[in-house]
Amino acid sequence: MISGFANPHRFMSFSRWAAPTLALIAAALLALGLWLGLSAPPDYQQGETVRIMFVHVPAAWTAMLAYLCLGGASFASLVFRHAVADAAASAAAPLGAAFTAAALITGSLWGKPMWGTWWAWGDSRLVSVLVLFLLFVGYIALRASIEDEGKAARAAEILALVGLINLPVIKFSVDWWNTLHQGESIFRAGGPLIAPVYLIPLMLTGAGYSAAFAALWLTRTRMEVRRRRSLGLALRAAR
Amino acid sequence: MIAGITLEAVALVRGGRTLFEGLNARVGSGRALTVTGPNGAGKTSLLRAIAGLVRLASGRIAFEGSADPAEARRFHSHLVGHQDGLKSARTANDELLFQARWCGATRQAALAAAERLGLAPHLALDVRRLSAGQKRRLALARLLAAPRALWLLDEALAPLDAGGRALMGEIMAEHVAAGGLIIAAAHDPLPIAADTLDLGR
Amino acid sequence: MSGLGVLLRRELSLTWGAGGGPLLSVGFLIAATVLFPLSLGSAAQILGAVAAGLVWVLLALASLLSLERLFARDFEDGALDIIALGPLPLEASCAVKCLAAWLTNGAPLALASPLAAVALGEPVGAVPLIVLTAALGSLAFVFVGGIGAALSLVSRGGALLQTLIVLPLLIPPVIFGAAAVFAWTHGLAWTPGLALLAAYALAAIGLGPIAMAGACRNALG
Repeated sequence: MISGFANPHRFMSFSRWAAPTLALIAAALLALGLWLGLSAPPDYQQGETVRIMFVHVPAAWTAMLAYLCLGGASFASLVFRHAVADAAASAAAPLGAAFTAAALITGSLWGKPMWGTWWAWGDSRLVSVLVLFLLFVGYIALRASIEDEGKAARAAEILALVGLINLPVIKFSVDWWNTLHQGESIFRAGGPLIAPVYLIPLMLTGAGYSAAFAALWLTRTRMEVRRRRSLGLALRAAR
Repeated sequence: MIAGITLEAVALVRGGRTLFEGLNARVGSGRALTVTGPNGAGKTSLLRAIAGLVRLASGRIAFEGSADPAEARRFHSHLVGHQDGLKSARTANDELLFQARWCGATRQAALAAAERLGLAPHLALDVRRLSAGQKRRLALARLLAAPRALWLLDEALAPLDAGGRALMGEIMAEHVAAGGLIIAAAHDPLPIAADTLDLGR
Repeated sequence: MSGLGVLLRRELSLTWGAGGGPLLSVGFLIAATVLFPLSLGSAAQILGAVAAGLVWVLLALASLLSLERLFARDFEDGALDIIALGPLPLEASCAVKCLAAWLTNGAPLALASPLAAVALGEPVGAVPLIVLTAALGSLAFVFVGGIGAALSLVSRGGALLQTLIVLPLLIPPVIFGAAAVFAWTHGLAWTPGLALLAAYALAAIGLGPIAMAGACRNALG
């Protein structure tokens, strides 16, 4: 599949219909998931605020997915030098940052009624998402601060792969830190057991977020490929 | 050893711009090649590509007499560029010995090279006290100290005075006579007989 | 004399002498330590509770700041060309540069960090563990921080960018190291933190130079 995308022409003709299709699927899944989620009975503990889960948790999942996509595209670009892969990596980073930001904001909005505070360091998952946000910001900042596009691409790829290797270690260390300081932690949000009446809309919005990410990613990658084409034409004309 | 270098259909792209494509050339043992061309034609990039620092957009660079191009570059080539790679706060002696020994030379060979290049009286000084020409001679000393077949010289003689150029001409002629290869990017003609590769458009 | 020794000697002479060397980084550590009592108040129960954590944050920052010019000087004056074309693989040369940076900056910082910790109220008995964890921690900081130093060679971002891209990667060693010291002072099991820290440092030593060499090649090419 990746080798098929390496050819920009094939990628462009594939994504021309794939991006709007995914956008439609995302809209349908999100509409259904949100409708089920909003019509579900309020939680006996959290009340109405439990519904924030349907926008918060999928955002965090999708942010993680975005980093995996960023790492995968960077790997393909670094190792196989696929033309589209680097465009895809550079397109994924701002999306990932946006999804992590959404997860952080909704998490904070959820935390206020639940914990009585906008931010709880005691919740290791929220802290992990914050670190993920920093990784995206670092990637974007590095890429933006290098003028030569080829060098920016290569440096960003290396950083993305270093981050990809570190991500599980960071996740583990933050979880481990949380158990160590458990005496001070306030609450543990959610839990492994979720009633089906919440789980089904959560799965639907999760799939909807992922499809929305995929649609946006394809669209942004298309824009990037087009931008590079016109830049290439301008450079050839200036020669 | 390097018995010759062949460039086959070499293309270089820098910052999205194609510098040149379809470049063919061959330099054999005992020959010197001057690479000429206007600013921005890709002289420096070509030398750095031969040294393995810059990636080719397409084409091939083959080293004859050495199966492994990485080894040919690592142990049988010298690259002296616009920059001397010297640390201004260290003494000329320290920097000479580092550059020469890093390339595998002995202390005696490094000192002999400095002697030949007229650097002996300056070795105790900090590098920042040397003139541009003296610094360049210090950087060129590793060519003599650590004998290697291929010399890649990127405007290496530019800061030298007439005496320095004449001396380097002598040294380069000896190197070529002993079967060495020189590829030099230069605006001025080299002080030795050389073939020319023009990158001009 | 092998290429390894030649390069290590040069690097040591450069990092020890030029630009202040260990005096600067240790001076930064101590000067920044002074700010905490002055901003948090001198109450022993406040300072003592956070001493280990503060020292780890300072150690990370001091290590990163001392790395700002790890590759930049050699890149700007052309010496990185010579190093890249030398007898050692570039990965090994990067590792040697990091080792020299650790010997001249990381190790002195590790020796100075118990001073800061005890001054902030950490018990004197914790000194050996603090030195050990700080030595391992600064080793990890150098080998991960070097990646940031190499990546920012061609950027206009400077020290701030370098710190921004590396700091998230330093979270695990900071957690493991500070946790080991925290556990010791609270009578808990401190060996897991130490073991995890050592494992992270080893992984950084093994993998960091590969990324650094890739970043240097990118900058040179």
